[in-house]
Amino acid sequence: MAIVPTSHVLIVSALLVCIGAFGVLLRRNLLFMLLSLEVMLNGAALAFVAASARWQQPDGQIFVMFIMAMAAAEVAVGLALILQIYRRVSTLDADALDLMRG
Amino acid sequence: MTQVFYVASALAVVAAFLTVTRSNALHAVLYLVLALFALAIDFLALGAPFIAALEIIVYAGAIVVVILFVIMMVAGAAVSGEQERRWLPPRAWVVPSLLAGALAVLTIGSLAAGGGQAVAPTTIGPREVGAVLFTTYLIGVELASVLLLAGLVGAYYLGARD
Repeated sequence: MAIVPTSHVLIVSALLVCIGAFGVLLRRNLLFMLLSLEVMLNGAALAFVAASARWQQPDGQIFVMFIMAMAAAEVAVGLALILQIYRRVSTLDADALDLMRG
Repeated sequence: MTQVFYVASALAVVAAFLTVTRSNALHAVLYLVLALFALAIDFLALGAPFIAALEIIVYAGAIVVVILFVIMMVAGAAVSGEQERRWLPPRAWVVPSLLAGALAVLTIGSLAAGGGQAVAPTTIGPREVGAVLFTTYLIGVELASVLLLAGLVGAYYLGARD
């Protein structure tokens, strides 16, 4: 098995979360924002696995499973919302959704 | 195995960056699959084979396929690379790069200063995970099932045509 310092694993996890946040800020297409969110969730999952390996307890892995269940529910509802938005305004531009602007 | 971890981590970071910056939606999803497989290798190297298998089956299998279905349903103008390139002029990159860069420098700086003990994992297999999952975290399993049911009903309601 790999012998690496905990901080190195956490640095990779932090990099993934930062890349995902960068994507959410950069993109205007809702579909790409959802993909960036997936990248962020995977960064968090890596941190949990690192903690699980560091303390040799299965709890961290169990929380990764909860993250996956949450991601599945989030993707299902998010994609249904994207489809509904596309039917109504015929674009996936997040800036086009200004119906509530006063 | 240690080198495997570093190579897979570099691959995951590069593939994740390409995922969030590609203009073609299908290319982005394929890079996401690459990042997920690299992360699964990371999990394997850190002694979590069960999570590595779930990452491939649930994430790279189920979730990515659902995203691909939606890309096909909104195909054409909504996900074409042409429009994406128009939406991403060079000046749109400045502020997100600064903000995400500052976040990365702060978190990585604090982590690098901390040093940290070595992770030298013995494998924690499905047996140990399952034993704790269905005793200590049983309430969490029930709540996750309620959440998934709510997601299913919500997706069905929102996805239905008027």
